[in-house]
Amino acid sequence: MVALRTAVDVARAVASGELSAAAVVEENLAAIDAREGEVHAFNVVTAERARECAAQIDADVKAGRNVGRLAGVTVALKDNMCTRGVETTCSSRILAGWKPPYDGTVVRRLVDAGAVMVGKTNLDEFAMGSSTENSAFGPTRNPLDTSRVPGGSSGGSAAAVAAGFATVSFGSDTGGSIRQPASLCGLVGVKPTYGMVSRQGLIAFGSSLDQIGPFTSTVADAALLMEVIAGHDPLDSTSLPQPAPELMSVLSHGVEGMRIGRITDMTEGSSPDVLERLDAAFDALRNAGATVVDVQMPSMSYGLTAYYLVAPAEASSNLARFDGVRYGLRVDAKDLNSMYGDTRAAGFGDEVKRRIMLGTYALSAGYYDAYYGKALKVRRLIADDFAKAYESCDVILTPTSPTVAFKFGDKTNNPLAMYLCDVFTIPTNLAGHAAMSVPFGTGEAGLPVGVQVLAPALGEAPMFRVAAELERSA
Amino acid sequence: MPESISRETVAKVARLARLHLNDEEVDRMTSQLAGMLEHFRDVDALDLANVEPLNQPIPLSNVMRDDVEVPSLDRDEVLANAPAAQDGRFRVPPIIGFEE
Repeated sequence: MVALRTAVDVARAVASGELSAAAVVEENLAAIDAREGEVHAFNVVTAERARECAAQIDADVKAGRNVGRLAGVTVALKDNMCTRGVETTCSSRILAGWKPPYDGTVVRRLVDAGAVMVGKTNLDEFAMGSSTENSAFGPTRNPLDTSRVPGGSSGGSAAAVAAGFATVSFGSDTGGSIRQPASLCGLVGVKPTYGMVSRQGLIAFGSSLDQIGPFTSTVADAALLMEVIAGHDPLDSTSLPQPAPELMSVLSHGVEGMRIGRITDMTEGSSPDVLERLDAAFDALRNAGATVVDVQMPSMSYGLTAYYLVAPAEASSNLARFDGVRYGLRVDAKDLNSMYGDTRAAGFGDEVKRRIMLGTYALSAGYYDAYYGKALKVRRLIADDFAKAYESCDVILTPTSPTVAFKFGDKTNNPLAMYLCDVFTIPTNLAGHAAMSVPFGTGEAGLPVGVQVLAPALGEAPMFRVAAELERSA
Repeated sequence: MPESISRETVAKVARLARLHLNDEEVDRMTSQLAGMLEHFRDVDALDLANVEPLNQPIPLSNVMRDDVEVPSLDRDEVLANAPAAQDGRFRVPPIIGFEE
Protein backbone atom coordinates (compact mmCIF):
# COMPACT_ATOMS: atom_id res chain seq x y z
CA MET A 1 0.00 0.00 0.00
CA VAL A 2 1.22 3.50 -0.87
CA ALA A 3 1.80 5.83 2.09
CA LEU A 4 -0.89 8.51 1.85
CA ARG A 5 0.08 12.15 1.98
CA THR A 6 -2.21 14.67 3.64
CA ALA A 7 -3.41 17.87 2.02
CA VAL A 8 -2.27 19.90 5.05
CA ASP A 9 1.31 18.57 4.69
CA VAL A 10 1.42 18.85 0.88
CA ALA A 11 0.14 22.44 0.83
CA ARG A 12 2.59 23.54 3.53
CA ALA A 13 5.57 21.75 1.96
CA VAL A 14 4.82 22.91 -1.59
CA ALA A 15 4.25 26.52 -0.57
CA SER A 16 7.55 26.56 1.35
CA GLY A 17 9.47 24.96 -1.49
CA GLU A 18 10.38 21.80 0.45
CA LEU A 19 8.39 19.64 -1.93
CA SER A 20 7.55 20.26 -5.58
CA ALA A 21 4.00 20.01 -6.87
CA ALA A 22 5.48 18.09 -9.80
CA ALA A 23 6.80 15.39 -7.44
CA VAL A 24 3.37 14.92 -5.87
CA VAL A 25 1.77 14.56 -9.30
CA GLU A 26 4.41 12.04 -10.42
CA GLU A 27 3.87 10.00 -7.24
CA ASN A 28 0.14 9.83 -7.94
CA LEU A 29 0.65 8.99 -11.62
CA ALA A 30 3.04 6.18 -10.68
CA ALA A 31 0.44 4.78 -8.26
CA ILE A 32 -2.17 5.03 -11.00
CA ASP A 33 0.11 3.21 -13.45
CA ALA A 34 0.66 0.45 -10.91
CA ARG A 35 -2.92 -0.20 -9.77
CA GLU A 36 -5.57 1.62 -11.84
CA GLY A 37 -5.94 -1.45 -14.09
CA GLU A 38 -7.39 -3.47 -11.22
CA VAL A 39 -9.06 -0.64 -9.23
CA HIS A 40 -10.70 1.37 -12.06
CA ALA A 41 -11.20 4.50 -9.97
CA PHE A 42 -11.18 6.85 -12.97
CA ASN A 43 -13.23 7.51 -16.08
CA VAL A 44 -10.41 9.76 -17.29
CA VAL A 45 -6.92 10.56 -15.96
CA THR A 46 -5.81 14.09 -16.85
CA ALA A 47 -2.06 13.45 -16.58
CA GLU A 48 -0.80 16.16 -18.95
CA ARG A 49 -3.06 18.82 -17.50
CA ALA A 50 -1.92 17.84 -13.99
CA ARG A 51 1.75 18.11 -14.98
CA GLU A 52 1.23 21.55 -16.54
CA CYS A 53 -0.73 22.77 -13.54
CA ALA A 54 1.95 21.50 -11.11
CA ALA A 55 4.73 23.13 -13.15
CA GLN A 56 2.91 26.45 -12.96
CA ILE A 57 2.56 26.17 -9.17
CA ASP A 58 6.25 25.28 -8.79
CA ALA A 59 7.16 28.29 -10.95
CA ASP A 60 4.95 30.52 -8.80
CA VAL A 61 6.62 29.27 -5.62
CA LYS A 62 10.09 29.80 -7.09
CA ALA A 63 9.18 33.34 -8.20
CA GLY A 64 7.82 34.15 -4.73
CA ARG A 65 4.27 34.64 -6.04
CA ASN A 66 1.33 33.93 -3.78
CA VAL A 67 0.08 30.34 -3.96
CA GLY A 68 -3.27 29.22 -2.54
CA ARG A 69 -4.15 27.20 0.54
CA LEU A 70 -4.15 23.96 -1.49
CA ALA A 71 -0.93 24.53 -3.45
CA GLY A 72 0.05 21.24 -5.07
CA VAL A 73 -2.73 19.20 -3.45
CA THR A 74 -3.86 16.66 -6.03
CA VAL A 75 -7.61 16.11 -6.34
CA ALA A 76 -9.81 13.59 -8.08
CA LEU A 77 -13.33 14.78 -8.95
CA LYS A 78 -16.46 12.67 -9.23
CA ASP A 79 -17.46 12.56 -12.87
CA ASN A 80 -20.72 14.42 -12.24
CA MET A 81 -18.86 17.68 -11.53
CA CYS A 82 -18.51 19.88 -14.60
CA THR A 83 -14.93 20.54 -15.71
CA ARG A 84 -14.43 22.82 -18.69
CA GLY A 85 -13.08 20.94 -21.71
CA VAL A 86 -12.68 17.67 -19.76
CA GLU A 87 -15.15 14.89 -20.48
CA THR A 88 -17.91 14.70 -17.84
CA THR A 89 -20.21 11.68 -18.16
CA CYS A 90 -21.94 10.75 -14.87
CA SER A 91 -20.74 7.26 -15.89
CA SER A 92 -23.64 7.14 -18.34
CA ARG A 93 -23.72 6.34 -22.03
CA ILE A 94 -26.12 9.24 -22.50
CA LEU A 95 -23.38 11.79 -21.70
CA ALA A 96 -20.36 9.93 -23.12
CA GLY A 97 -18.03 12.42 -24.79
CA TRP A 98 -19.58 15.57 -23.32
CA LYS A 99 -17.09 18.33 -22.59
CA PRO A 100 -18.70 20.98 -20.38
CA PRO A 101 -18.31 24.61 -21.51
CA TYR A 102 -17.68 25.73 -17.91
CA ASP A 103 -16.18 24.73 -14.55
CA GLY A 104 -18.50 24.29 -11.58
CA THR A 105 -18.02 26.67 -8.64
CA VAL A 106 -16.34 24.06 -6.43
CA VAL A 107 -13.94 23.15 -9.23
CA ARG A 108 -13.08 26.82 -9.73
CA ARG A 109 -12.51 27.39 -6.02
CA LEU A 110 -10.22 24.35 -5.84
CA VAL A 111 -8.17 25.43 -8.85
CA ASP A 112 -7.97 29.02 -7.55
CA ALA A 113 -6.60 27.63 -4.26
CA GLY A 114 -3.81 25.79 -6.12
CA ALA A 115 -5.27 22.27 -6.24
CA VAL A 116 -4.19 20.05 -9.13
CA MET A 117 -6.83 17.85 -10.79
CA VAL A 118 -5.58 14.37 -11.71
CA GLY A 119 -8.80 12.93 -13.11
CA LYS A 120 -12.54 12.32 -13.08
CA THR A 121 -13.76 9.38 -11.04
CA ASN A 122 -16.22 6.59 -11.67
CA LEU A 123 -19.67 6.49 -10.04
CA ASP A 124 -22.92 4.60 -10.12
CA GLU A 125 -24.66 6.01 -13.18
CA PHE A 126 -26.04 9.47 -12.28
CA ALA A 127 -25.02 8.73 -8.65
CA MET A 128 -27.79 6.12 -8.30
CA GLY A 129 -26.38 3.23 -6.31
CA SER A 130 -24.37 2.23 -3.27
CA SER A 131 -21.59 0.09 -4.77
CA THR A 132 -20.36 1.70 -8.05
CA GLU A 133 -21.47 -1.50 -9.77
CA ASN A 134 -24.04 0.52 -11.76
CA SER A 135 -21.49 2.44 -13.86
CA ALA A 136 -21.93 2.15 -17.63
CA PHE A 137 -18.12 1.92 -17.82
CA GLY A 138 -17.63 -1.00 -15.42
CA PRO A 139 -17.31 -1.23 -11.62
CA THR A 140 -14.65 0.28 -9.35
CA ARG A 141 -12.91 -2.12 -6.95
CA ASN A 142 -12.08 -1.44 -3.31
CA PRO A 143 -8.28 -0.92 -3.15
CA LEU A 144 -8.22 -2.51 0.34
CA ASP A 145 -9.71 -5.77 -1.02
CA THR A 146 -10.41 -5.91 -4.74
CA SER A 147 -12.99 -8.69 -4.36
CA ARG A 148 -15.19 -6.10 -2.64
CA VAL A 149 -17.03 -2.96 -3.64
CA PRO A 150 -15.75 0.50 -2.64
CA GLY A 151 -19.30 1.61 -1.83
CA GLY A 152 -21.13 4.21 -3.84
CA SER A 153 -22.19 6.16 -5.54
CA SER A 154 -18.89 8.09 -5.21
CA GLY A 155 -16.90 4.82 -5.22
CA GLY A 156 -14.27 6.03 -7.67
CA SER A 157 -13.48 9.10 -5.56
CA ALA A 158 -13.11 6.98 -2.40
CA ALA A 159 -10.96 4.40 -4.18
CA ALA A 160 -8.73 7.12 -5.69
CA VAL A 161 -7.71 8.44 -2.25
CA ALA A 162 -7.48 5.01 -0.61
CA ALA A 163 -5.15 3.83 -3.42
CA GLY A 164 -2.93 6.91 -3.30
CA PHE A 165 -4.02 8.11 -6.77
CA ALA A 166 -4.78 11.61 -5.41
CA THR A 167 -4.23 13.41 -2.11
CA VAL A 168 -7.95 14.09 -1.71
CA SER A 169 -11.12 13.75 -3.77
CA PHE A 170 -14.66 15.05 -4.03
CA GLY A 171 -18.00 13.36 -4.37
CA SER A 172 -21.67 14.21 -4.10
CA ASP A 173 -24.00 12.91 -1.40
CA THR A 174 -27.75 12.60 -2.07
CA GLY A 175 -28.49 9.78 0.39
CA GLY A 176 -25.06 8.71 1.64
CA SER A 177 -22.96 8.65 -1.53
CA ILE A 178 -19.94 10.25 0.19
CA ARG A 179 -20.22 8.85 3.71
CA GLN A 180 -20.85 5.19 2.84
CA PRO A 181 -17.90 4.80 0.41
CA ALA A 182 -15.68 6.74 2.85
CA SER A 183 -16.64 4.21 5.52
CA LEU A 184 -16.01 1.22 3.24
CA CYS A 185 -12.61 2.56 2.11
CA GLY A 186 -11.35 3.74 5.52
CA LEU A 187 -11.56 7.49 4.83
CA VAL A 188 -13.11 10.64 6.21
CA GLY A 189 -16.14 11.72 4.15
CA VAL A 190 -18.27 14.83 4.69
CA LYS A 191 -21.85 15.66 3.70
CA PRO A 192 -22.13 19.40 4.46
CA THR A 193 -25.33 21.18 5.50
CA TYR A 194 -27.66 21.66 2.54
CA GLY A 195 -26.75 25.00 0.95
CA MET A 196 -23.30 25.20 2.58
CA VAL A 197 -21.47 24.23 -0.64
CA SER A 198 -22.48 25.45 -4.09
CA ARG A 199 -24.12 22.89 -6.37
CA GLN A 200 -23.47 24.99 -9.47
CA GLY A 201 -21.87 22.69 -12.03
CA LEU A 202 -22.90 19.52 -10.18
CA ILE A 203 -25.13 17.52 -12.50
CA ALA A 204 -28.34 17.34 -10.49
CA PHE A 205 -29.84 14.11 -9.14
CA GLY A 206 -32.11 15.13 -6.22
CA SER A 207 -31.96 18.90 -6.00
CA SER A 208 -33.36 19.18 -2.46
CA LEU A 209 -30.88 16.53 -1.23
CA ASP A 210 -27.58 16.84 -3.16
CA GLN A 211 -24.42 18.30 -1.61
CA ILE A 212 -20.77 18.16 -2.71
CA GLY A 213 -18.21 17.14 -0.09
CA PRO A 214 -14.64 15.88 0.36
CA PHE A 215 -12.96 12.49 0.86
CA THR A 216 -9.72 12.72 2.83
CA SER A 217 -7.39 10.58 4.89
CA THR A 218 -7.57 12.92 7.91
CA VAL A 219 -10.16 15.08 9.65
CA ALA A 220 -7.90 18.14 9.35
CA ASP A 221 -7.77 17.70 5.56
CA ALA A 222 -11.56 17.61 5.41
CA ALA A 223 -11.73 20.79 7.53
CA LEU A 224 -9.25 22.55 5.25
CA LEU A 225 -11.15 21.56 2.09
CA MET A 226 -14.47 22.67 3.58
CA GLU A 227 -13.00 26.08 4.36
CA VAL A 228 -11.92 26.37 0.70
CA ILE A 229 -15.10 25.18 -1.04
CA ALA A 230 -17.91 26.34 1.29
CA GLY A 231 -19.56 29.74 1.40
CA HIS A 232 -22.17 31.61 -0.57
CA ASP A 233 -22.31 31.38 -4.37
CA PRO A 234 -24.64 33.70 -6.27
CA LEU A 235 -24.77 31.11 -9.08
CA ASP A 236 -26.65 28.60 -6.84
CA SER A 237 -29.95 30.02 -5.62
CA THR A 238 -30.11 27.38 -2.84
CA SER A 239 -26.70 28.47 -1.52
CA LEU A 240 -26.92 29.85 2.02
CA PRO A 241 -26.09 33.56 2.34
CA GLN A 242 -23.09 33.15 4.62
CA PRO A 243 -19.32 32.58 4.52
CA ALA A 244 -17.50 29.26 4.93
CA PRO A 245 -17.32 28.02 8.53
CA GLU A 246 -14.03 28.10 10.45
CA LEU A 247 -13.21 24.47 11.12
CA MET A 248 -9.40 24.09 11.31
CA SER A 249 -9.39 26.15 14.50
CA VAL A 250 -11.89 23.90 16.36
CA LEU A 251 -10.13 20.58 15.80
CA SER A 252 -8.05 20.83 18.98
CA HIS A 253 -10.95 21.91 21.19
CA GLY A 254 -11.80 18.42 22.46
CA VAL A 255 -15.26 17.28 23.50
CA GLU A 256 -15.28 18.15 27.22
CA GLY A 257 -18.88 18.89 28.21
CA MET A 258 -20.36 17.97 24.83
CA ARG A 259 -23.54 15.88 24.72
CA ILE A 260 -23.41 12.93 22.31
CA GLY A 261 -26.75 11.40 21.27
CA ARG A 262 -27.26 7.66 21.02
CA ILE A 263 -30.41 6.57 19.15
CA THR A 264 -32.16 3.88 21.18
CA ASP A 265 -35.06 3.02 18.88
CA MET A 266 -33.35 2.48 15.51
CA THR A 267 -34.59 -0.97 14.53
CA GLU A 268 -32.53 -1.74 11.42
CA GLY A 269 -29.88 -4.36 12.01
CA SER A 270 -26.18 -3.57 11.82
CA SER A 271 -23.67 -6.38 11.93
CA PRO A 272 -22.02 -7.06 15.34
CA ASP A 273 -18.55 -5.89 14.26
CA VAL A 274 -19.99 -2.49 13.31
CA LEU A 275 -21.94 -2.15 16.57
CA GLU A 276 -18.84 -3.07 18.56
CA ARG A 277 -16.96 -0.14 16.97
CA LEU A 278 -19.88 2.22 17.60
CA ASP A 279 -19.86 1.28 21.30
CA ALA A 280 -16.10 1.85 21.38
CA ALA A 281 -16.64 5.30 19.85
CA PHE A 282 -19.13 6.24 22.59
CA ASP A 283 -16.62 5.02 25.19
CA ALA A 284 -13.82 7.07 23.65
CA LEU A 285 -15.89 10.26 23.71
CA ARG A 286 -17.03 9.58 27.27
CA ASN A 287 -13.39 9.13 28.30
CA ALA A 288 -12.61 12.47 26.67
CA GLY A 289 -15.17 14.24 28.84
CA ALA A 290 -18.37 14.06 26.79
CA THR A 291 -21.73 12.83 28.09
CA VAL A 292 -23.69 10.18 26.19
CA VAL A 293 -27.42 10.94 26.03
CA ASP A 294 -30.15 8.54 24.87
CA VAL A 295 -32.41 10.02 22.17
CA GLN A 296 -35.39 8.68 20.23
CA MET A 297 -35.97 8.95 16.50
CA PRO A 298 -39.29 7.14 16.05
CA SER A 299 -39.67 8.11 12.35
CA MET A 300 -36.04 7.55 11.31
CA SER A 301 -36.62 4.02 10.00
CA TYR A 302 -39.22 5.43 7.58
CA GLY A 303 -36.54 7.66 6.05
CA LEU A 304 -35.46 5.04 3.57
CA THR A 305 -39.02 4.61 2.34
CA ALA A 306 -39.61 8.34 1.97
CA TYR A 307 -36.24 8.84 0.28
CA TYR A 308 -36.97 6.25 -2.39
CA LEU A 309 -39.98 8.31 -3.45
CA VAL A 310 -38.52 11.81 -3.02
CA ALA A 311 -35.15 11.16 -4.73
CA PRO A 312 -36.56 9.37 -7.81
CA ALA A 313 -39.27 12.04 -8.14
CA GLU A 314 -36.64 14.78 -8.24
CA ALA A 315 -34.41 12.67 -10.49
CA SER A 316 -37.18 12.02 -12.99
CA SER A 317 -37.56 15.77 -13.36
CA ASN A 318 -33.82 16.56 -13.41
CA LEU A 319 -33.00 13.83 -15.94
CA ALA A 320 -35.61 15.14 -18.37
CA ARG A 321 -32.82 17.37 -19.72
CA PHE A 322 -31.07 14.35 -21.26
CA ASP A 323 -33.10 14.31 -24.44
CA GLY A 324 -30.58 14.15 -27.28
CA VAL A 325 -30.93 17.82 -28.20
CA ARG A 326 -28.14 19.85 -26.56
CA TYR A 327 -25.49 17.34 -25.52
CA GLY A 328 -24.58 13.69 -25.35
CA LEU A 329 -26.11 10.79 -27.20
CA ARG A 330 -28.77 11.10 -29.92
CA VAL A 331 -30.49 8.15 -31.58
CA ASP A 332 -31.90 9.52 -34.83
CA ALA A 333 -35.61 9.03 -35.46
CA LYS A 334 -38.32 10.39 -37.77
CA ASP A 335 -39.80 12.84 -35.28
CA LEU A 336 -38.85 14.58 -32.06
CA ASN A 337 -40.81 12.40 -29.63
CA SER A 338 -39.43 9.18 -31.11
CA MET A 339 -35.92 10.66 -30.94
CA TYR A 340 -36.42 11.46 -27.22
CA GLY A 341 -37.73 7.98 -26.41
CA ASP A 342 -35.12 6.07 -28.42
CA THR A 343 -32.23 8.21 -27.16
CA ARG A 344 -33.22 7.81 -23.51
CA ALA A 345 -33.85 4.07 -23.94
CA ALA A 346 -30.37 3.59 -25.41
CA GLY A 347 -28.57 6.03 -23.12
CA PHE A 348 -29.79 5.20 -19.61
CA GLY A 349 -28.96 2.01 -17.66
CA ASP A 350 -31.49 -0.15 -15.80
CA GLU A 351 -31.26 1.49 -12.36
CA VAL A 352 -31.66 4.97 -13.85
CA LYS A 353 -34.67 3.83 -15.89
CA ARG A 354 -36.20 2.23 -12.80
CA ARG A 355 -35.90 5.48 -10.83
CA ILE A 356 -37.16 7.67 -13.67
CA MET A 357 -40.20 5.41 -13.91
CA LEU A 358 -40.84 5.35 -10.16
CA GLY A 359 -40.40 9.12 -9.93
CA THR A 360 -42.60 9.88 -12.92
CA TYR A 361 -45.30 7.59 -11.51
CA ALA A 362 -45.10 9.15 -8.05
CA LEU A 363 -45.53 12.63 -9.55
CA SER A 364 -48.25 11.76 -12.05
CA ALA A 365 -51.87 12.88 -11.74
CA GLY A 366 -53.89 10.64 -9.47
CA TYR A 367 -50.91 9.25 -7.55
CA TYR A 368 -49.17 12.41 -6.33
CA ASP A 369 -50.94 12.66 -2.96
CA ALA A 370 -50.69 8.92 -2.25
CA TYR A 371 -46.95 8.73 -2.84
CA TYR A 372 -44.94 11.93 -3.27
CA GLY A 373 -47.20 13.97 -0.99
CA LYS A 374 -47.00 11.33 1.74
CA ALA A 375 -43.23 11.04 1.38
CA LEU A 376 -42.89 14.79 1.97
CA LYS A 377 -44.93 14.42 5.17
CA VAL A 378 -42.64 11.63 6.37
CA ARG A 379 -39.76 13.96 5.60
CA ARG A 380 -41.30 16.51 7.98
CA LEU A 381 -41.61 13.88 10.73
CA ILE A 382 -37.92 13.05 10.39
CA ALA A 383 -36.95 16.72 10.59
CA ASP A 384 -39.18 17.03 13.70
CA ASP A 385 -37.53 13.96 15.28
CA PHE A 386 -34.11 15.51 14.76
CA ALA A 387 -35.24 18.87 16.16
CA LYS A 388 -36.49 17.13 19.32
CA ALA A 389 -33.33 15.01 19.65
CA TYR A 390 -31.06 18.04 19.31
CA GLU A 391 -32.79 19.68 22.28
CA SER A 392 -30.85 17.24 24.48
CA CYS A 393 -27.64 16.60 22.50
CA ASP A 394 -25.10 18.42 20.30
CA VAL A 395 -24.36 15.63 17.82
CA ILE A 396 -25.60 12.06 17.28
CA LEU A 397 -23.42 9.02 16.61
CA THR A 398 -24.58 6.11 14.41
CA PRO A 399 -22.90 3.53 12.20
CA THR A 400 -22.25 4.94 8.71
CA SER A 401 -22.97 1.65 6.94
CA PRO A 402 -24.63 -1.44 8.48
CA THR A 403 -21.69 -3.59 7.30
CA VAL A 404 -18.08 -3.39 6.12
CA ALA A 405 -17.40 -3.46 2.35
CA PHE A 406 -19.36 -6.28 0.72
CA LYS A 407 -18.48 -8.57 -2.19
CA PHE A 408 -19.33 -7.84 -5.82
CA GLY A 409 -22.77 -9.09 -6.85
CA ASP A 410 -24.00 -9.52 -3.26
CA LYS A 411 -26.82 -6.99 -3.65
CA THR A 412 -27.11 -6.33 -7.38
CA ASN A 413 -30.21 -8.50 -7.89
CA ASN A 414 -32.16 -6.98 -5.03
CA PRO A 415 -32.67 -3.21 -5.21
CA LEU A 416 -34.15 -3.07 -1.71
CA ALA A 417 -31.11 -4.79 -0.17
CA MET A 418 -28.87 -2.27 -1.93
CA TYR A 419 -31.02 0.62 -0.70
CA LEU A 420 -30.66 -0.61 2.91
CA CYS A 421 -26.94 0.31 2.74
CA ASP A 422 -28.07 3.92 3.18
CA VAL A 423 -30.52 3.52 6.06
CA PHE A 424 -28.30 5.50 8.49
CA THR A 425 -27.19 8.16 6.02
CA ILE A 426 -30.46 9.10 4.28
CA PRO A 427 -32.24 10.91 7.17
CA THR A 428 -29.52 13.61 7.14
CA ASN A 429 -30.21 14.43 3.50
CA LEU A 430 -33.97 14.51 4.07
CA ALA A 431 -33.48 17.02 6.91
CA GLY A 432 -30.77 19.05 5.11
CA HIS A 433 -28.35 18.56 8.00
CA ALA A 434 -24.58 17.96 8.18
CA ALA A 435 -22.94 14.56 8.73
CA MET A 436 -19.58 12.91 8.28
CA SER A 437 -18.04 9.47 8.45
CA VAL A 438 -14.82 8.94 10.40
CA PRO A 439 -12.78 5.71 10.29
CA PHE A 440 -12.84 4.03 13.69
CA GLY A 441 -10.95 0.75 13.59
CA THR A 442 -11.72 -2.42 11.71
CA GLY A 443 -14.37 -5.14 11.65
CA GLU A 444 -14.95 -8.35 9.69
CA ALA A 445 -11.96 -9.45 7.59
CA GLY A 446 -9.89 -6.55 8.93
CA LEU A 447 -11.88 -4.08 6.84
CA PRO A 448 -12.47 -0.49 8.00
CA VAL A 449 -15.57 0.54 9.95
CA GLY A 450 -16.78 4.13 9.84
CA VAL A 451 -18.67 5.93 12.58
CA GLN A 452 -21.10 8.60 11.48
CA VAL A 453 -21.30 11.95 13.30
CA LEU A 454 -24.64 13.69 12.68
CA ALA A 455 -25.13 17.37 13.42
CA PRO A 456 -27.97 19.84 12.91
CA ALA A 457 -27.97 22.33 10.04
CA LEU A 458 -24.84 24.53 10.28
CA GLY A 459 -23.50 22.24 13.01
CA GLU A 460 -20.20 21.65 11.18
CA ALA A 461 -18.04 23.06 14.01
CA PRO A 462 -19.26 20.69 16.78
CA MET A 463 -19.33 17.85 14.23
CA PHE A 464 -15.65 18.40 13.36
CA ARG A 465 -14.70 18.65 17.06
CA VAL A 466 -16.18 15.21 17.68
CA ALA A 467 -14.67 13.78 14.47
CA ALA A 468 -11.22 15.05 15.50
CA GLU A 469 -11.59 13.43 18.95
CA LEU A 470 -12.60 10.12 17.37
CA GLU A 471 -9.57 10.31 15.08
CA ARG A 472 -7.26 10.92 18.05
CA SER A 473 -8.63 7.93 19.95
CA ALA A 474 -9.11 5.49 17.03
CA MET B 1 -53.19 3.76 -1.15
CA PRO B 2 -54.00 2.85 -4.81
CA GLU B 3 -54.06 -0.74 -6.02
CA SER B 4 -50.86 -2.36 -7.24
CA ILE B 5 -49.49 -0.92 -10.48
CA SER B 6 -50.72 -2.39 -13.80
CA ARG B 7 -48.85 -3.12 -16.98
CA GLU B 8 -50.94 -0.47 -18.77
CA THR B 9 -50.02 2.15 -16.18
CA VAL B 10 -46.33 1.32 -16.54
CA ALA B 11 -46.58 1.71 -20.32
CA LYS B 12 -48.33 5.06 -19.86
CA VAL B 13 -45.71 6.29 -17.37
CA ALA B 14 -42.97 5.30 -19.82
CA ARG B 15 -44.64 7.48 -22.45
CA LEU B 16 -44.83 10.38 -20.00
CA ALA B 17 -41.13 9.92 -19.20
CA ARG B 18 -40.22 9.78 -22.93
CA LEU B 19 -38.57 6.42 -22.35
CA HIS B 20 -39.14 3.68 -24.93
CA LEU B 21 -39.42 0.33 -23.16
CA ASN B 22 -39.84 -2.98 -25.00
CA ASP B 23 -42.43 -5.55 -23.87
CA GLU B 24 -39.95 -7.47 -21.77
CA GLU B 25 -38.82 -4.25 -20.04
CA VAL B 26 -42.41 -3.24 -19.33
CA ASP B 27 -43.01 -6.64 -17.68
CA ARG B 28 -39.87 -6.41 -15.57
CA MET B 29 -40.55 -2.78 -14.62
CA THR B 30 -44.13 -3.63 -13.62
CA SER B 31 -42.99 -6.23 -11.11
CA GLN B 32 -40.09 -4.13 -9.77
CA LEU B 33 -42.22 -1.00 -9.32
CA ALA B 34 -44.96 -3.05 -7.67
CA GLY B 35 -42.37 -4.32 -5.17
CA MET B 36 -41.14 -0.83 -4.38
CA LEU B 37 -44.64 0.59 -4.02
CA GLU B 38 -45.55 -2.34 -1.76
CA HIS B 39 -42.61 -1.38 0.45
CA PHE B 40 -43.94 2.17 0.59
CA ARG B 41 -47.10 0.87 2.32
CA ASP B 42 -44.97 0.81 5.50
CA VAL B 43 -45.74 4.50 5.95
CA ASP B 44 -49.44 3.69 6.33
CA ALA B 45 -48.50 2.88 9.94
CA LEU B 46 -47.91 6.62 10.49
CA ASP B 47 -50.58 9.18 11.23
CA LEU B 48 -49.92 11.85 8.62
CA ALA B 49 -53.27 13.63 8.70
CA ASN B 50 -52.06 16.85 10.30
CA VAL B 51 -48.46 16.86 9.08
CA GLU B 52 -47.23 19.68 6.83
CA PRO B 53 -45.21 18.39 3.84
CA LEU B 54 -41.51 19.40 3.85
CA ASN B 55 -40.48 20.36 0.31
CA GLN B 56 -37.11 21.97 0.94
CA PRO B 57 -34.93 21.28 3.97
CA ILE B 58 -33.86 24.89 4.47
CA PRO B 59 -36.44 27.45 3.38
CA LEU B 60 -35.05 30.40 1.45
CA SER B 61 -37.21 33.15 0.05
CA ASN B 62 -37.12 33.74 -3.69
CA VAL B 63 -33.60 34.66 -4.76
CA MET B 64 -33.19 37.48 -7.28
CA ARG B 65 -30.13 39.10 -8.80
CA ASP B 66 -29.66 42.58 -10.19
CA ASP B 67 -30.51 42.83 -13.88
CA VAL B 68 -27.00 43.46 -15.16
CA GLU B 69 -25.15 42.04 -18.15
CA VAL B 70 -22.65 39.30 -17.41
CA PRO B 71 -20.65 37.14 -19.82
CA SER B 72 -22.49 33.98 -20.89
CA LEU B 73 -21.23 30.66 -22.22
CA ASP B 74 -19.37 30.65 -25.51
CA ARG B 75 -21.90 29.71 -28.21
CA ASP B 76 -19.46 27.75 -30.39
CA GLU B 77 -18.18 25.79 -27.40
CA VAL B 78 -21.75 24.90 -26.39
CA LEU B 79 -22.84 23.94 -29.90
CA ALA B 80 -19.70 21.83 -30.39
CA ASN B 81 -21.30 19.39 -27.93
CA ALA B 82 -24.66 19.22 -29.70
CA PRO B 83 -25.57 16.06 -31.63
CA ALA B 84 -26.68 18.37 -34.49
CA ALA B 85 -26.42 22.14 -34.95
CA GLN B 86 -27.07 24.54 -37.78
CA ASP B 87 -26.84 28.33 -38.16
CA GLY B 88 -25.85 28.78 -34.51
CA ARG B 89 -28.80 26.75 -33.21
CA PHE B 90 -29.60 23.21 -32.04
CA ARG B 91 -31.07 21.14 -34.88
CA VAL B 92 -33.87 18.66 -34.05
CA PRO B 93 -36.07 16.28 -36.06
CA PRO B 94 -39.56 17.46 -37.15
CA ILE B 95 -41.77 18.31 -34.16
CA ILE B 96 -45.22 18.31 -35.80
CA GLY B 97 -46.72 16.28 -38.62
CA PHE B 98 -45.47 12.93 -37.35
CA GLU B 99 -47.56 12.51 -34.19
CA GLU B 100 -48.79 9.00 -33.44
